[in-house]
Amino acid sequence: MSKPPESPDLLSRRRFLQGGSALAGGLLVPAWLPLALPRSAAADVVKSARLGDGAGGFGAFVRVGLDGVVTVISPKIEMGQGIQTSIAMMVAEELEVPLSQVLVQEAVPDAALYTDPLLGGQVTGGSTSTRYVWEPLRRAGATARILLTQAAAIRWLVAPSQCHARLGHVYGPGTLQAAYGELVEDAARLPAPEDVPLKRYQDFTLIGSPAQRLDTPNKVNGKALFTIDLVVPDMKIASVMACPVFGGRLVSVDGSKAKAIAGVLDIIELENAVAITGTTTWACFQGLKALEIIWDYGKSAGVNSEALESALMTASMGEGVIVVDTGDAVQSLKTAENRLDAVYQQPFLSRSPLEPMTCVAHVQSDRCTLWVGTQVPGAAQQTAAKVTGLPLASIQVHNQLIGGAFGRRLDFDFITQAVEIAKQVSYPIKLIWSREEDMTHDLYRPHYVDRMSAALDAQNRLVGWQHKITGASIIARYLGGLPATGIDADAVEVASDPIYFLSNLKLHYIREDPKVFPVSWWRGVGALRGTFPIECFIDELAHHAKTDPVQYRLALIQNPRAREVLRVLAEKSDWGSALPAGEGRGVAVSSVFGSFVATLVQLRVSSGTELQITRLVSVIDCGLVTNPRSVKAQIEGGTLFGLSASLFNEITVEDGRVQQNNFHQYRQLRMSDAPPVEVHLISSNESPGGVGEAGTALIAPALVNALHAASGQRIRQLPLKRFGFYTTNRALS
Amino acid sequence: MQKLSVNGKTLSVDVSPDTPLLWVLRDNLGLTGTKYGCGIGQCGACTVHLDGVAVRSCVLPVSSIAEQVITTIEVIASDRIGQKVQAAWLAEEVVQCGYCQSGQIMSAVALLHRNPSVSESDIVSAMSGNICKCATYTRIRTAIKNVALELAQGNANE
Repeated sequence: MSKPPESPDLLSRRRFLQGGSALAGGLLVPAWLPLALPRSAAADVVKSARLGDGAGGFGAFVRVGLDGVVTVISPKIEMGQGIQTSIAMMVAEELEVPLSQVLVQEAVPDAALYTDPLLGGQVTGGSTSTRYVWEPLRRAGATARILLTQAAAIRWLVAPSQCHARLGHVYGPGTLQAAYGELVEDAARLPAPEDVPLKRYQDFTLIGSPAQRLDTPNKVNGKALFTIDLVVPDMKIASVMACPVFGGRLVSVDGSKAKAIAGVLDIIELENAVAITGTTTWACFQGLKALEIIWDYGKSAGVNSEALESALMTASMGEGVIVVDTGDAVQSLKTAENRLDAVYQQPFLSRSPLEPMTCVAHVQSDRCTLWVGTQVPGAAQQTAAKVTGLPLASIQVHNQLIGGAFGRRLDFDFITQAVEIAKQVSYPIKLIWSREEDMTHDLYRPHYVDRMSAALDAQNRLVGWQHKITGASIIARYLGGLPATGIDADAVEVASDPIYFLSNLKLHYIREDPKVFPVSWWRGVGALRGTFPIECFIDELAHHAKTDPVQYRLALIQNPRAREVLRVLAEKSDWGSALPAGEGRGVAVSSVFGSFVATLVQLRVSSGTELQITRLVSVIDCGLVTNPRSVKAQIEGGTLFGLSASLFNEITVEDGRVQQNNFHQYRQLRMSDAPPVEVHLISSNESPGGVGEAGTALIAPALVNALHAASGQRIRQLPLKRFGFYTTNRALS
Repeated sequence: MQKLSVNGKTLSVDVSPDTPLLWVLRDNLGLTGTKYGCGIGQCGACTVHLDGVAVRSCVLPVSSIAEQVITTIEVIASDRIGQKVQAAWLAEEVVQCGYCQSGQIMSAVALLHRNPSVSESDIVSAMSGNICKCATYTRIRTAIKNVALELAQGNANE
């Protein structure tokens, strides 16, 4: 058996996810993405960098002030993942400044300077940030250091090789020394160096050492400002009520009662919503409740969850498009001694970050200014230009700290809406969605149905594998269509390139969009979607073959990094040691976002449906680590984020309306449900991989597999709450 | 006009009596460290102290407060335990997006004032009303335990 050769589709998927800007080159190009990228965006960005406030204007990534303070312009937004500290560390490492001397500033929208070639836009998402910035940001820091050193050498009439930079100073022969601030103006006049060598990994002093995050001190004293906290002169608050059914329209609104509420200013009609502006948020919320609105609910008004699930199940019986076809999986299933079939389902999910959708917008005759935490500042600029009719250059976007995103702020519906409201009033507005508006007007993670079939020989060895993925296409919704192949690269992630050694592999993709609401990415994205059915099914095969699940996997995995995370996981988690009755362990392993992750859940089942997670261990090889503190925190939090949804969450629909509107109906993991997460990092000099979503992608299958080991019950549909399972308070039990 | 005692000052606000304290703090008094998350007392992002007790300001009509003393995250550093909790939060690298952390810290400080020698189950009981979508729970638990330990050592040295 040999590893199946990669199909052209697979390669194009790889380009989409790993670089080469397939979005710009081969696939569809949405209006807000740059049409073409320079051959090496990273190299050009560094070349365009300038130094200095006074002399050279703003650089792409690095500024050194006359006071020596280094400002790093972050092409990535901070939404809790710690990326801005990592970016500062990369620059500081090469620039030879202490981290305490570095400030971070959000980049303005500028596709030429800040496009992430892994995503084809100025986007924060898909766990690409470290992978993208790793080279250009270190190079930007090194460029600045070389120029500052050259400036000192020229001033002192010595060779640059006689000078070295350390802790924000350049030192020359004897007692010669100068602080960076003293050299900035001279350095800014020098041509950018052609050759910018980077440090060898073994010479790193900052990268790889745990660093305290730069953004957190102001997050423990209430000073950090999120979009919802901003105040601009003459600003009023706005809030909105959209048609409860997606696709519906406003027919008419009677605002007389709302107008009578103190603090309510204006009532603004939008195509599918009514907005109220006021002096306080409470006035707006009360005003919205007092509106008498007539809606045209549109054609989705009769849709319910049963119909959506039934449409998916019917579609899943079809063939769809073939994503991978190596060997002859269909024949192997026909002639197999044994076969195993299983259907897995993952539900619709909401992102519902704790800071609801919020955007400050000011539209004037000749300009529009936005203050908004967004994963897509370029798209924010584009949508504002479209709504106002102003040229792009007249749209300013000030990106802000984000109070949770999980994918939600890749979408810019609320920014469009804020501009539509601001266009109708003379003052700046801060649009704040209520939690209810936020949860019922999200764009939802699709419900997926995965049909898995395995062909087994007489010894129950795996000889063929057929996998049919059915679900909505997020890429088609987001970019306006799919490439000619009809394959959604995100939906077939992991499944099209499994870590397992599978001859006779056939993968189908069947697109079935829900006829009720738009779909979007949820933290973990395609990697999570694909890992769940595969890691559950592999576990079923192991049990069917009466083989240890870790050994079964190891026998099918060739990649040494994937093998190693699983081996270390087994060792750290005491895999194979005896457990009390009612307790069991489950594992999952996958290659996600350029990293390798293995996760173990150990749990106890009592009284049939009472779950207690007694141990949760995760091992990650994410290549070279910039800040180990952040990696561990991301794996812990990401894993528990995934656990929350696996246990509790499902968005359901009745009469075209989302039925969950707040956290009492969409339960979140709480401290009482949260087990400690043991995280082990594999030391590695491989290129950095993604981390922010890596833990999230592995937890569900490990949980379900552990539940099977503990109880013998095989669950194939999330969340576990559906089957009556609940968690017990670990500390109180 | 409603008189309120907020962070050591007596202030007057002109709002309707049913206005939740949260919005008075944020929109009328400019104290935006206290956050809105759900508006129904489910998430705890809006937690402040009334006479030292943690309450959900999003469901507390301003008219019900009367003489009670309101304390918000903005002045918690001037509280002996508040300062220790903030330091423990940073040392333990609790914070991710940070949006819920004002509320988490206010709940933790109230807990430690009430019970400086908290057990794990005390922590879980007191903190389970605060949602953290980034799921920083295990670090919050450790940070509170560390402060309790520090307080116990401080008392032992006195």
